[in-house]
Amino acid sequence: MTMHVSVTVNGETYDVSDVEPRMLLSDFLRDRLGLTGTHVGCEHGVCGACTVLVNGDSVRACLMLAVQANGAEIVTVEGLGSPDELNVLQAEFREHHGLQCGFCTPGMLMTGEDLLRKYPLATDDDIREGLSGNLCRCTGYQNIVAAIRSAAAKRTEKAS
Amino acid sequence: MKPAQFEYVSPSTIDAAIAALVASNGEGKVLAGGQSLLPLLNFRMARPAVLVDLNGIEGLSYIEDRGDRIAIGALARHRELEHSPLIASKLPVMSAAMRHVAHLAIRNRGTIGGSLSHADPAAELPMLATFYEAEISVQGPSGRRTIAAGNFFVDALTNCLEPEEIVVEVEFPVLKQDGWAFEEVARRFGDFALASIAVSVRRGPASLEAARVAVMGVADTPRRLREAEDELVAMALDDTTPDRFAEIVVSLVAPNDDLHASADYRKHLLAQLARRALRTALAMKG
Ligand SMILES: Cc1cc2nc3c(=O)[nH]c(=O)nc-3n(C[C@H](O)[C@H](O)[C@H](O)COP(=O)(O)OP(=O)(O)OC[C@H]3O[C@@H](n4cnc5c(N)ncnc54)[C@H](O)[C@@H]3O)c2cc1C
Ligand code: FES
Ligand code: FES
Repeated sequence: MTMHVSVTVNGETYDVSDVEPRMLLSDFLRDRLGLTGTHVGCEHGVCGACTVLVNGDSVRACLMLAVQANGAEIVTVEGLGSPDELNVLQAEFREHHGLQCGFCTPGMLMTGEDLLRKYPLATDDDIREGLSGNLCRCTGYQNIVAAIRSAAAKRTEKAS
Repeated sequence: MKPAQFEYVSPSTIDAAIAALVASNGEGKVLAGGQSLLPLLNFRMARPAVLVDLNGIEGLSYIEDRGDRIAIGALARHRELEHSPLIASKLPVMSAAMRHVAHLAIRNRGTIGGSLSHADPAAELPMLATFYEAEISVQGPSGRRTIAAGNFFVDALTNCLEPEEIVVEVEFPVLKQDGWAFEEVARRFGDFALASIAVSVRRGPASLEAARVAVMGVADTPRRLREAEDELVAMALDDTTPDRFAEIVVSLVAPNDDLHASADYRKHLLAQLARRALRTALAMKG
C-alpha cells in the first residue's frame, strides 16, 4: 500500500505519490524531495540533527511518518535563508563560529528558531536547557550558545 | 533503522479507531505523538501490522477546568501542558515538572495519553498521575471505564489496558495545599529521571494536616509513598523534619542497579531530593 502526500516545504507545494506509510519524514525530505539539508544521525530522537519545523513547531523528522505530514507546512534549514542572505540566527552562527563540521547545524538552527520564539532565553542556562536535545561532536557548544544568546539579544532590541 | 512494513489508518473518531484495532486481530498499535513508538518501529523492536494514527481525531487535546478537577484529553501535547496557565494555577506540581519532559521538539509532539500508556518508570506524567491520584478514562469495544492511576501502571513499560482499549481522558483532582515541590535529577537536562520526588503539604495549627508524596526512577513503576505521608503528618515540625523525612523516604524504596546508576546512587539522590523538596514545600507561603 502506498499513499499520496501533499506538503508545503519552504513555501513550495509538493505532490508526491507512491509514498510507503513507513517512510520517515526525514527520508522523505532527503530522498524524495532532494532536500538534504535535514541530517539524519540516530533515527531515534536523541541527536536532534533531523529537527525541522512542522506547522511552526520544531519536531524530529525521524519520529514522524511522511504520511502524517500530509497537508502540513514544513520549514527545513534550506528555508531559513540563502547563502547571500542568511537569516538572523544563521548570521550569528557564522559570526560566533557556531559550527565546525556542520553536521549538527541544521538541527541546531531549527531548534534555535523554535526556542527563540517560545522562550525568553534570558540566561545561558535557559539556552543550554533548550539545546539539551541536540548533540554536537565538535564545538563544545560554547559558540552555539553564544550565537543563540546574540540572536536573542537582537530580537529583544528589535522588540523594544 | 527503518520501520518494517505496516498498514496505516487514520480514523477521525474514537469508535473508528477502536474498530480498526479490533479488525487488526491483535496486530494493531495506536500511534499518538510517536515519540516513544517511532524509535521502537525504527529499531524494529515493535512490528505492528496496522498502525492506527489518533492524530486525525478532533477534540481530544483539551485542557478543561472542572472546578475541583482538571480534565486533559489524551492527545494534549506535553508542550501544551507546560505552557497552560490553567495548569500553572491549578496543578502547579505538573506545571513545574513538564519542562523536565524530554526536549522542546519532543514535547511539541508527545501526548499525555501516549506517555501514560508507554508507562516508563522514569517518565514524569505517569509519576504525576500517581501523585495526583488521576483517573484515566479508557474506551474499548465494550464501552468506557475509568482506571485509578494507582492501578494503571503494572510494571516497567506495562499498563493494564486491554489490547483494543484507548486512553481518551485523564482527570486530575486539584490538591488543597499550602506548599509543594518537584525535584528531579537526570544525567542531562531533559533525559529520563535517575530519581525524582513530588511533595505537597497542607498546614495545620501545630503539624501538617495532610501530605502527598510520590517518587519515580527508584522502582518499576512510579510510586505514591503513603507511609511517608502518614509519618510526615504525625511528626512535630522542626529543623530536623526534612532530614527525618528523607530517611523515611529512602527506607521505603529498593531501586535496582542499572546501566545509568547504581542502586546506592539512586538512593543517595532521592534522599537529597526529598530533603530539598520538603524544605521548599514547608517554606512556601500558602
Ligand atoms: C530523546 C527522547 C527523550 C525523552 N525523554 C523523556 C523524558 O525525560 N520524560 C518523559 O516522560 N518522556 C520522555 N520521552 C518520551 C516522550 O515523552 C513520549 O512522548 C511519550 O513517552 C510517549 O507519548 P507519545 O504521545 O509520543 O506516544 P507514542 O510514541 O505515540 O506511543 C507510545 C505507546 O503508547 C501507546 N499509545 C499512545 N497513545 C495511546 C492512547 N491514547 N491509548 C492507548 N495507547 C496509546 C502506543 O501504542 C505506544 O505503545 C523522550 C523521548 C525521546 C525520543
Ligand atoms: S536523526 Fe532524528 S533525532 Fe537523531
Ligand atoms: S559542528 Fe560537528 S557535530 Fe556539531
